[in-house]
Amino acid sequence: MDKKFIDAFVAGTADVIKTMAFVDTKPGEPYIKKDNIACGDVSGIIGLTGAVIGSLALSFSESCILRIVSNMLGEEITTLNEDIRDAVGEITNMASGGGRKILADGGLNITAAIPTIVWGTNHSIMHVLGGPSIIIPCSTADGSFVVDLCLKEK
Amino acid sequence: MEKNIKILVVDDFATMRKVLRNLLKQGGYENIVEAADGIAALQIIKNEKIDFIISDWNMPNMSGLDLLKTVRADKELSDTPFLMVTAETLPERVISAVKAGASSYITKPFTADVLNEKIAKIMEKMG
Repeated sequence: MDKKFIDAFVAGTADVIKTMAFVDTKPGEPYIKKDNIACGDVSGIIGLTGAVIGSLALSFSESCILRIVSNMLGEEITTLNEDIRDAVGEITNMASGGGRKILADGGLNITAAIPTIVWGTNHSIMHVLGGPSIIIPCSTADGSFVVDLCLKEK
Repeated sequence: MEKNIKILVVDDFATMRKVLRNLLKQGGYENIVEAADGIAALQIIKNEKIDFIISDWNMPNMSGLDLLKTVRADKELSDTPFLMVTAETLPERVISAVKAGASSYITKPFTADVLNEKIAKIMEKMG
């Protein structure tokens, strides 16, 4: 996978989290994941088509997503409730939009489907292409999340 | 600027409606009603005087674009300011929203300042 796709979706994700929740993100070293077990406690996944085919998933640790959504809503959320799941879908949607905007500026047009949300210990992330995927671990002051990309250029 | 206007927030994600409500409150807007899609929004608009509509684009049952077209086609509602919200950034989208009569367009993510400045500009234009 070309690095520009990784950079675009990581930047799009970081921008959403910074703008909507005032949380700074520090990306780490990417690695390849061969199974479909999620890295976090709650995940959003969205299908992508156009210049690439595949999917983007964001998988958040509980502490990380509780801080992000609490900041977004302006109220403290302490459990992984319906608000959190709803917000993960919206964050995934916005992160996809931000990444696609960066790629579109470089002439690569990609459209996105509607995000789905999965949660629970060791839940699975079923990528459109099946896998393997590239994981970009990201840290915040309140916990970690990963950008999980499985894409093929057309 | 008038802060007591009644704003209708339309979004199928309940959390996004809460986020918008939170951002609007930061701008001093407290008179806010919510709808989960275009059909629910139309029911509210027909029963209450709504001064400003903020609508997501992608929604089940009736999209934001279809809601916008319906509002603009109704003589009694056609002047209602309408701010379209979406995560999509494709230029064709902006053009089709403007063609359909959107007062303005805002791309997610955005801050409270950006949202409230958009509203202020639209309201200024409306006089």
